[in-house]
Amino acid sequence: MFGYALRRVLTAIPIVLITITVCFFILRLAPGGPFDGERALPPDQLKNLRAYYHLDEPLIMQFFGYIGGVLRGDFGPSMVMKDFNVSRLIGIGLPFTLTLGFSAFIVGTIGGMIAGAVAAVNQNKWPDYLLVAIVLVGIIIPNFLMANLVQLFFGVYLKWLPVGGYQPGSLIHLVLPVFILALPHGGRVARLVRGSMIEVLGTNYVRTARSKGLGTRLILARHALKPALLPVVSYLGPGLSYLLTGSLVVEQVFSLPGIGKYFITAALNRDYGLVLGTTILYVFIILALNLLVDILYAWLDPKVRYR
Amino acid sequence: MKITQVLKAVTTAGALALMMSSAALAVTLNLGNGGEPGSLDPHKVSGDWENRIVSEYLEGLVTEDAQAKAVAGQAESWTISDDGLVYTFKIRGDAVWSDAVPVTAQNWVDAFQRLFDPKTASEYAYLQYPIKNSSKIAAGEITDFSQLGVKAVDDKTLEITLEAATPFFLDALTHYTAFPIRKDIIEKFGDQWTQPENIVGNGPYKIVEWVPGSYLRGVKSDSYYGKDTLKIDEIRWDNTEDLTAALNRYRAGELDILTDFPADQYKFLQDNYPGQAHVAPFLGIYYYVLNQEKPPLDNINIRKALSISVLRDVIGPDVLGTGELPAYGWVPPGTGNYEGTPYAPDWAEMPYDQRVEEAKKLMAEAGYSPEKPLKLQLRYNTNENHQRIAVAISDMWKQIGVEVELFNAETAVHYDALRAGDYNVGRAGWLLDYDDPSNTLDLLKTGTKGSDGTINWGNNYGRYSDAKFDELMTAASSELDLVKRAGQMHEAEKIAMDAFAAIPIYWYVSKNVVSPKVTGFEDNAKDIHRVRWMTKSE
Repeated sequence: MFGYALRRVLTAIPIVLITITVCFFILRLAPGGPFDGERALPPDQLKNLRAYYHLDEPLIMQFFGYIGGVLRGDFGPSMVMKDFNVSRLIGIGLPFTLTLGFSAFIVGTIGGMIAGAVAAVNQNKWPDYLLVAIVLVGIIIPNFLMANLVQLFFGVYLKWLPVGGYQPGSLIHLVLPVFILALPHGGRVARLVRGSMIEVLGTNYVRTARSKGLGTRLILARHALKPALLPVVSYLGPGLSYLLTGSLVVEQVFSLPGIGKYFITAALNRDYGLVLGTTILYVFIILALNLLVDILYAWLDPKVRYR
Repeated sequence: MKITQVLKAVTTAGALALMMSSAALAVTLNLGNGGEPGSLDPHKVSGDWENRIVSEYLEGLVTEDAQAKAVAGQAESWTISDDGLVYTFKIRGDAVWSDAVPVTAQNWVDAFQRLFDPKTASEYAYLQYPIKNSSKIAAGEITDFSQLGVKAVDDKTLEITLEAATPFFLDALTHYTAFPIRKDIIEKFGDQWTQPENIVGNGPYKIVEWVPGSYLRGVKSDSYYGKDTLKIDEIRWDNTEDLTAALNRYRAGELDILTDFPADQYKFLQDNYPGQAHVAPFLGIYYYVLNQEKPPLDNINIRKALSISVLRDVIGPDVLGTGELPAYGWVPPGTGNYEGTPYAPDWAEMPYDQRVEEAKKLMAEAGYSPEKPLKLQLRYNTNENHQRIAVAISDMWKQIGVEVELFNAETAVHYDALRAGDYNVGRAGWLLDYDDPSNTLDLLKTGTKGSDGTINWGNNYGRYSDAKFDELMTAASSELDLVKRAGQMHEAEKIAMDAFAAIPIYWYVSKNVVSPKVTGFEDNAKDIHRVRWMTKSE
């Protein structure tokens, strides 16, 4: 197991290097630069700016300069968030993105599992139809629209919860954002659990357990749950990385700090340093999560472990 | 039912706890500020959402009143020499920085030297180019900063010398590029000086908290000379990039002022929140540039046909829904230093059918008709409003025999293409930096030749070039007689517009939503509203 994990960690190094290289050059090849805004800058000002960010040096020198910086933990300056460097921006935003992402992950996963299991046990009865309908709505309605609807409903009309904004340490401001982020994730988990649970409940060994006279709850807990979770586990890795990388809309709609928006807006602004910094970070997160899932999978499924 | 009751109890308790924890009855103005501020350094900011913050913690020699007119700020008085070249400012005796250090003339000498220093790489430094030797310092031609036309005569007297008389210079001094800085603070903290724990200002509010991606908070500065007149104790600037969400927050009472709102919600706001949506003329022009460097738009008749067949009256009220006024000239109505009759072409008065007939005739002369259409590419930067307008206008052009290919790209790519001359028709817009007609007219001046022989066209994307126009603008730039100067610029505007140098479409409007609790928010053409003039009742 340890050797397997080590091998996976080592293969991550070239992946990160390739990502940085490809990203770096694709960004520079893209038309438009960080200073192409609505207004043309006077040539001398443009020259000063390019010199300030070392953009006037040969591209290959810039590349090695950047790699050198990254190895020292310096991801360079941000050309849009000028009062911060990329490392600092990530340092401020990451803990928040992680809090939001993990909260949504826990809420969505647990909620989804319960919903899926209840639906499976009541297959083709009204709780099943109801839950499937809710789950579909959660998956289909885009989150910017859903966010607006819950803002209007819980914030403007009922006045139960703040519509948006952020107060350090205030949990109540996180209720709606976490709910919005968790909804599609929970929906997908519920569908997976429902499907695999129905399959498991129809297997021979469950039928045997039933014929022995075991109660439904006991069958679920002891025999059905673990095998039914397998497809869910393989989804949890990508699901979590989606939650951590896909927080842009929630951050913007609720005016929350976080790095999700930098990931998108930096690319549009051609903020080279910030694009690379967030990309590298996300590559790390995704690699780490995939590794974690594979290890978890091996633990859950003996077939994988002994292969 | 039970769950809802529990939830309600929990939220009420939470809200109560929050209310009690906040300071006793401090008046906080919650401002939906739009974009994410990237900097608080007056030499590095560029957006109006940054201006709204920087101009509350720093103050220039002159500042804006509630109507955004230039009034005395850190300078209590000034004199201007007869030739209009030398401005002498007397700085207030009670002007003090937030760390109790007195404000001195040297603070401006340091600020302007830093602004023009090529190492600072300030994007907006060119706004202060009227100052003597400034552009040469920024270009690296002069390295001795003491040659800059900004001198401290004594601690409280500042002398600024200009290259040429500039009627709008006082107005330009209200801009953040003319704010003082604390050299010692910047040297001590480097690029960390704008962080709340380090920042020092001389304006009415002091920055105390900055959560990137979310909000900034400022509190009344005890050292500000006018602190007793401030009615708002705290300002919270929230990033509100999602306009619909911001409107929801406003409706729930979480925000007191929105600096923008979705145009399609204007009717809803008028019906349900009467008097709270403020739509007012704003110094700016929305226009299409025409690439005159290559066929077919080098042909003035085709440019004319395109321009006169645009029915501008429907763009503001119907396409956008916020009632922007149609534009036929190049200088927004209400711009200062512009006495005289506004430019109004004859065809603007003609019935639209007649204009279309005329346009068809012009197109036919050039060899085009609906059967044999002229193919043009219309570029715009990706945005729902730009798209609506482009679709409407391409439909208006269809009838005169123009087939439009719509092409949208993100902002950086769009302007890169315009600058490279890689387009036929392109969307552009200009908001005035200072209240003077030269600010828009200069957009049509012939480019300047660089040392390597290439022409830098700047913001003149259409590459319009007319010797007489250039001559008039150059003459106006150093004309002291304001009436004569306005006449020269009116003549220049007429030359360019009669030649269809571009297609003006509408004059911008500012769109704010202001709570009835807030008073002192006055609509003005610069859309500048300093919090120091506002009050808020609970």
